[in-house]
Amino acid sequence: MDYLKAFLVGGLMCVVGQILIDRTKITPARILVLFVVLGCLLGGLGVYGKLVDFAGAGATVPLPGFGYAMSKSVMAEVDKNGLIGVETGAFKAMAGGVTAAVLFSFLASLVFSAKAK
Amino acid sequence: MQQTEQAKKQYQKMVERASPGSRTFANSLKAFVVGGLICDVGQLIRNLLLKGGVSEDHTAIYTAVILVFLGVLLTGLGVYDKIGKFAGAGSVVPITGFANSVAAPAIEYKKEGYVLGVGAKMFLVAGPVIVYGTLAATVVGLIYYLVK
Repeated sequence: MDYLKAFLVGGLMCVVGQILIDRTKITPARILVLFVVLGCLLGGLGVYGKLVDFAGAGATVPLPGFGYAMSKSVMAEVDKNGLIGVETGAFKAMAGGVTAAVLFSFLASLVFSAKAK
Repeated sequence: MQQTEQAKKQYQKMVERASPGSRTFANSLKAFVVGGLICDVGQLIRNLLLKGGVSEDHTAIYTAVILVFLGVLLTGLGVYDKIGKFAGAGSVVPITGFANSVAAPAIEYKKEGYVLGVGAKMFLVAGPVIVYGTLAATVVGLIYYLVK
C-alpha cells in the first residue's frame, strides 16, 4: 500500500512539473527552485508534513521534500537553540544530500568523461 | 479539389490545436510513471533501512544519500540522460534529478579544470536551488521563532 501511495503522489508531482515545462516557459532549473521553495513554505505551514505522513517517499523524494526537510529542520533548531536555529537549520537539513552530491559528483568527474556530441 | 484543399487545411489546424495537448498528456504520463517509480525505489530503500533498525531521522538521510549516489552513477554512465529524454520532469523532480544536475556539469566541464570547471559548474543548477531553499527556510524559521 505504501508503494502505491508513494507512486501516485510522487508521480503526480512530476506531472505538475511536466505541465509547467510543456505549457509555460519555465525551465527545469526554475522548476527545481520553485519546488524546493514551495516545499519549504508548505512545510512551514504544516501542510507538507501531512503529505509526508500519507505518501512517505512519494513526498520526500521529489524536490519539494528537500524544501520540507529544510523547514522541518529550521523549526526543530529554533525549538532547540532559539534564534540561532534560524541560521543553522536549513544547512543541517541538506547536509547529507548536498555532501553526497558533491562527493559522488567529484568522484564521477574523475572516472567519467563527457561524451563527444 | 478546392474543397479537399480546404478540408486538408482545416484538418491541419485541428491537428495543430490538438497536438500540444496530447503531447503534454503523453509527456505527463511518462513523467508520472517514471517519477512514481523513482519514489518507489526511495520507498523500498526506506522500508529496508527501517526494517534493519535504522532510526527514522537517519533513514531519511541515508535514503537521500543512496538516491543521490544512484543519480550520480547513472549520470556518469550516460543512463540518466536517456531516462531524462523519455521521462522529462519525471527525471527532474525527484532528488535523483538534483544529483544529475550536480554530476552532469561536473563531468561536462571537467575540461575546464578542476577548480573553475568541476568545482564551480557543479552548482550551476544546484546553487540556485540551495540559495532559494535556504532563503525560504530562513523566512520560515524567523516567522516560526516570532510566532511560536
